[in-house]
Amino acid sequence: MSKAVRLKKGLDIKLLGEADQVKVEAKKPSMVAIKPSDFHGLVPKVVLKEGEKVKRGEVVFYDKYNKDLKFVSPVTGTISEVVRGAKRRILEIRIKVSSTEDEVVQIDPVDPSSISRDEVKSIMLANGLWPFLKQRPLDKIANPAVTPKSIFISSFDSAPLAPDYDFILHGQDQFFQHGLNALAKLTDGKVNITLNGKGSPDECFQNAKNVEINKIIGKHPAGNVGTQIHHFDPINKGEFVFTVNPQDVVTIGKFFAEGQFDPSRIVALTGSEANSRKYYKTIIGAQLDTIVSGNLASENVRVISGNALTGEAVGENGFLGFYDAQITVLPEGDDHKFFLTEGWLAPGFDKHSSHRLFPAWLMPNKKYRLDTNLNGEERGFVVTGEMEKVLPFDILPMQLIKAIMVNDIDAMEELGIYEIAPEDFALCEYVCTSKISIQEKIREGLDVIEEECM
Amino acid sequence: MKALKKVIQNLDPKFEKGGKWEKMYPLYESLSTFLFTPKHVTTKGSHIRDGVDLKRTMFMVVIAMIPALLFGIYNTGHWHYELQSYLNPEQYGTYRDYMIGFGDKVLYGVLQVLPILIVSYGVGLAIEFVFGFMRGHGLHEGFLVSGMLIPLIMPADVPLWMVGVATAFAVVIGKEVFGGTGMNIVNIALTARAFLFFAYPTAMSGDKVWKSGTSDIIAQNGGTLPDGASGATALGDIASFVGDSPVVAGEALSSSLSSAELLQKFEGAYDPLHAIIGMIPGSVGETSVIAILIGAAILLYTGVASWRIILSFFAGGFAFALLMNLVGANAYMDMPAYYHLIIGGFAFGAVFMATDPVTAAQTQYGKLWYGFLGGGLAILIRVLNPAYPEGVMLAILFMNIMAPLIDHYVVQANISRRKKRFKTA
Repeated sequence: MSKAVRLKKGLDIKLLGEADQVKVEAKKPSMVAIKPSDFHGLVPKVVLKEGEKVKRGEVVFYDKYNKDLKFVSPVTGTISEVVRGAKRRILEIRIKVSSTEDEVVQIDPVDPSSISRDEVKSIMLANGLWPFLKQRPLDKIANPAVTPKSIFISSFDSAPLAPDYDFILHGQDQFFQHGLNALAKLTDGKVNITLNGKGSPDECFQNAKNVEINKIIGKHPAGNVGTQIHHFDPINKGEFVFTVNPQDVVTIGKFFAEGQFDPSRIVALTGSEANSRKYYKTIIGAQLDTIVSGNLASENVRVISGNALTGEAVGENGFLGFYDAQITVLPEGDDHKFFLTEGWLAPGFDKHSSHRLFPAWLMPNKKYRLDTNLNGEERGFVVTGEMEKVLPFDILPMQLIKAIMVNDIDAMEELGIYEIAPEDFALCEYVCTSKISIQEKIREGLDVIEEECM
Repeated sequence: MKALKKVIQNLDPKFEKGGKWEKMYPLYESLSTFLFTPKHVTTKGSHIRDGVDLKRTMFMVVIAMIPALLFGIYNTGHWHYELQSYLNPEQYGTYRDYMIGFGDKVLYGVLQVLPILIVSYGVGLAIEFVFGFMRGHGLHEGFLVSGMLIPLIMPADVPLWMVGVATAFAVVIGKEVFGGTGMNIVNIALTARAFLFFAYPTAMSGDKVWKSGTSDIIAQNGGTLPDGASGATALGDIASFVGDSPVVAGEALSSSLSSAELLQKFEGAYDPLHAIIGMIPGSVGETSVIAILIGAAILLYTGVASWRIILSFFAGGFAFALLMNLVGANAYMDMPAYYHLIIGGFAFGAVFMATDPVTAAQTQYGKLWYGFLGGGLAILIRVLNPAYPEGVMLAILFMNIMAPLIDHYVVQANISRRKKRFKTA
């Protein structure tokens, strides 16, 4: 039975700088990187040394605690550098892309419907496809040892300036369906696709078979899988749900259909400080200068892989995140703001706010050029009720966050930490008057839960 | 502006860690962040943040209290000259009319109220700074509101040293020992008032403190108030109906009068319209329902105060007052229910005190219960215990303590919903 849900809570932050619906080819990157930091909690074991050659689809590193979980190179080239941070933690594995060769690890194409769950699993694990699967609880790479009660795919992203998956996936019906067939093998329950009840979703979503299709209408975070899981198939303690991004379903489907790892990825260049904002065809881990250099509208900017709420600031020469389909360029806000003209007592027509202390609520369709200033200083919690307005979960955000702050594991469990990911609380962080880093707190809580309860 | 910005940019590094004046950082931070939103950018999590901050939020509450403050200043002046008019009828006889002698009344009110405001802010902010230095942070905004609330809930004649002592007590014991802004358990301003109420009851209750200058006039008149004058408030008078010697506006009534007759007298002295406008004696800011409702409109329009609390507080008060009407055991219980909402500090408490987000219930359902019970309790204390004519202060303080319990039940309901889902799944 398909279901439809209408959310009352949430917040759409309208920013300037949407991408035009034009697909263009990005420059071929000369350097790509796989960032273990994209996979929370992963300890990589690198199998290739610096200077060694690597083929597209060849294993670069594996999970130290699960040798079957492999990560592959998106390109043919040579390992150029393993960048390490504090305590010799591996931050990036950079691969210099060969400009001439494109050797690829080829296997025999196989119809995932015709093989067993274990076979699908082992193909995905061995060929770098498994990391596309994330699990709830904990919001990290899915644990191959568990069987999820269902799999969720959100057909749309509701974050600020989010890419339009209907546009990105248009024409990919066949591979998308192939990917869905593979995913269907992994669960005893259903593969769920959630459509945006407001628009008219692309055929590849509407005509998808072997899946359950639900609809959700509402403001952000309606497009987050976490919200959708909460409303259609909530997670209780001991249960697992896997989630996949729609574009990655195509990558998985393509692998089964063609037998080789195709890292291509369409990303939207967005944000008020980016010029020629379009959808760029590039690859996973591509160095971003191939897209943003020459396209920046001002000097002092922050280049983010991902969206403005949850992305990672990587810089102009950084690399595209493993799960990201969006690049956001925002103005840095590292400037003093005089209190009467731009600061705390200004009329504030240029500031977006969910609070009616600013005129923003009178102009619901205005688009804003927001910078990265914190717009205040960190304080203890004072204002109550603000987070509840933007969290469409039957979860008490303030109480859960406080439980995390005092490390009360029982309370965290009881208050619903198994259902949430940091991204679900991004809006709570955005609206917080006291400027507390809430996504970080949620992650700390999940880490404690992983250590103590999983 | 640019020059000032440059000064700040040059000064910043000198106060930061390792800078020349590192130790003075809290003072510098407080002043510089007042003038300029600092250049802090997001480092973790969301890259963009809501424009709102605590400074703007708290400042809006201060703005919302200004109508009550201005009216309170005038009202203070008026009741001072009203008493004078009994002592010097030739000079001030006409001043008994509310609108006559406007300039004199404003001037007197300003001279009486402004020092209280200055002492309250001065003492409070000084203590906040000391704790800020101890903890290495600048001024947190919470006291901006408390410092304004304290003068508004004092009788205009309160000695300044008492204001200072009460403010110091409230800020240190009520707030800083718990960790500062956002950490306190009971409302700061009410703590200050409760401290004075129990430590110096003669300065905070009775019928000699509500009209500014009452004690001077008594002294000049040879030990009693001049004929026809009264120093009582509406709440004081109505409370006297419960005892054997009912009084209305200084006029002793026969205890053999029926409830209806007593209330008629009461309504004659305290016309409901006057009470709504605020033309009755009382604490500085509490008398004018209209001024308070202007503040409420500002707070609700900007979303700073919870409509749930304000609405349910009034609803609770009205419901319990109706309940008292039903019981009807004495003249006080028979007082029309709406009267409770417009006399004394009920409206002020509902709008400015109960809505303090730190000490109120924090869950949405909890806020409804908190407000309803708070309003109801205020009426119960007023009617059933005439020794405390003003029940609002005690009711809110009590509900501050009970708020975590209310929240606890709301949280448990949420938890059991989740557990039930697990069982049915």
